Amino acid sequence: MQYKSQAVAKPYFIAAIGLFVGQILFGLIMGLQYVIGDFMFPAIPFNVARMVHTNLLIVWLLFGFMGAAYYLVPEESETELFSPKLAMTMFWIFLVAGALTIVGYLAVPYAALAQMTGNDLLPTMGREFLEQPTITKIGIVVVALAFLFNIGMTVLKGRKTAISLVLVLGLLGLAVFFLFSFYNPENLVKDKYYWWWVVHLWVEGVWELILGAILAFVLIKVTGVDREVIEKWLYVIITMTLITGIIGTGHHYYWIGTPEYWQVWGSVFSALEPIPFFMLTIFAFNMVNKRRREHPNKAAVLWALGTGVMAFLGAGVWGFMHTLAPVNYYTHGTQITAAHGHMAFYGAYVMVVLTIISYAMPVLRGRAANSDKAQVVEMWSFWLMTVAMVFITLFLTGAGILQTWLQRMGDHPMSFMDTQAQVAIFYWLREGAGLVFMIGLATFVTSFFIKGETKAS
Amino acid sequence: MATSFTTSMARNIFFGGSLFFFLLFLALTFDTNQKLPKRDNSQNITAQVAHGKRIWETRNCIGCHTLLGEGAYFAPELGNVYVRRGPEFIKAWIKAQPTGAPGRRQMPQFNLTDQELDDLVAFLKYASEINTNKWPPNIEG
Repeated sequence: MQYKSQAVAKPYFIAAIGLFVGQILFGLIMGLQYVIGDFMFPAIPFNVARMVHTNLLIVWLLFGFMGAAYYLVPEESETELFSPKLAMTMFWIFLVAGALTIVGYLAVPYAALAQMTGNDLLPTMGREFLEQPTITKIGIVVVALAFLFNIGMTVLKGRKTAISLVLVLGLLGLAVFFLFSFYNPENLVKDKYYWWWVVHLWVEGVWELILGAILAFVLIKVTGVDREVIEKWLYVIITMTLITGIIGTGHHYYWIGTPEYWQVWGSVFSALEPIPFFMLTIFAFNMVNKRRREHPNKAAVLWALGTGVMAFLGAGVWGFMHTLAPVNYYTHGTQITAAHGHMAFYGAYVMVVLTIISYAMPVLRGRAANSDKAQVVEMWSFWLMTVAMVFITLFLTGAGILQTWLQRMGDHPMSFMDTQAQVAIFYWLREGAGLVFMIGLATFVTSFFIKGETKAS
Repeated sequence: MATSFTTSMARNIFFGGSLFFFLLFLALTFDTNQKLPKRDNSQNITAQVAHGKRIWETRNCIGCHTLLGEGAYFAPELGNVYVRRGPEFIKAWIKAQPTGAPGRRQMPQFNLTDQELDDLVAFLKYASEINTNKWPPNIEG
């Protein structure tokens, strides 16, 4: 570790992994509820399990992003973090607020939670992914501002690199677009329109800047390729991301009451969205091929390469599959969407956070890389989780195609519930793949506790 | 990449390109907002509909159902449920939950008052009259 203050990243990474385990646990509960409808009812109804599953994902990814920023910004800026104390305070505030919110979801009915937290004063709850009580949302804004201040001050007092600039831009965008979660008009169409300014402009916009910056940082470290080359790639990739992704928001504006022309704008631009992801893959492989050093942390290199490939498959290919308006007319809101969502989130954001954790955690623990034995176990976890996610996606895609056919096409469309019964086999298979994913995650956690001869830094 | 293409050129293209497309997006958003009143059925948003939307939100309906195709994929689409089932069926259905049928997906009992049920139905009626470019493809949603 070059700078003492980088150490604050460690609790962020540990919290991220802990919440990740919780996320998958609730994923397994939901997966089972798809086939055993009354499983755990009424203790944990499906909607509660889903809130916990998706909110934990968002929160642990944010922990991962913040940990990544605290780790890489001092190194990029060649200076200590502006205030490690502020970073640690925010860590505890965010963790406690997050935990209380999850407990709230599980302990009381959602309507009671809304009442207790004064949702009537500023109603923001009850919209997908933005289910958090308004007070939690305000807490998120406070934490984000303090975090941005801390990171911003660090960048300002030190060396300014393209990586830290892009990272800060991404984080700034994350905070700014989250503000739209406070806009909840009575007009459902406007509600939905600006809801996407949080959701889409996050995951298909500013988050990709964060993703690019983290990946570029790790690639510089593990390959020793010239910063100049890597930074150019980074700029070209994020240029393509925003050029395609901003207007690409239009692929959500086909059927929610917005004008028809979005079918053209949305289809054309979102059809180009796979390009930056493909470039990301080429970028990662190119840099590793041109490496000037053999970094002892082979596992981190594997995660970095995996991020490129899986982000392209999940976000790029599976996104393209249903993004054209004439296709989306039939697939909108089916299991096809779920398939895409799973692989895209895993491939892009889960994997990039695991990449930086894999690279940084050994350093934070005082070594360049873990023992070979620990790395082998970690690589097993990579393959178990990644292959499991491929199968989860394939099974959901199977379910989605069949669902689209039975429920949306033909002269005698089936009802939703009858269709669900027809595709149940795919849900069972998905649950099996989910169990393998959990085993993979347990393997990942285990790899942190495996001893052996470590590589000196 | 070729050496004639410098990092600062790449950075400038990034800023210029992103700014251009963001401004284009804002322009399209402005135009959309101008056109919405003809499509979004907002003339029918009464106090009752607005209250129905709060009921919809605070019971986390979106956690299982889709509304205009957005939400969770565990339970039927409700954007057109008013047309598919009609107001009385919707109210009776909500009151009868959970069915308790073994192995079947269960919907919680929300203990809504008759007034709240009427408000929720008013919201679903309003939602069903939004011009969605003929989505969903058929009545099953």
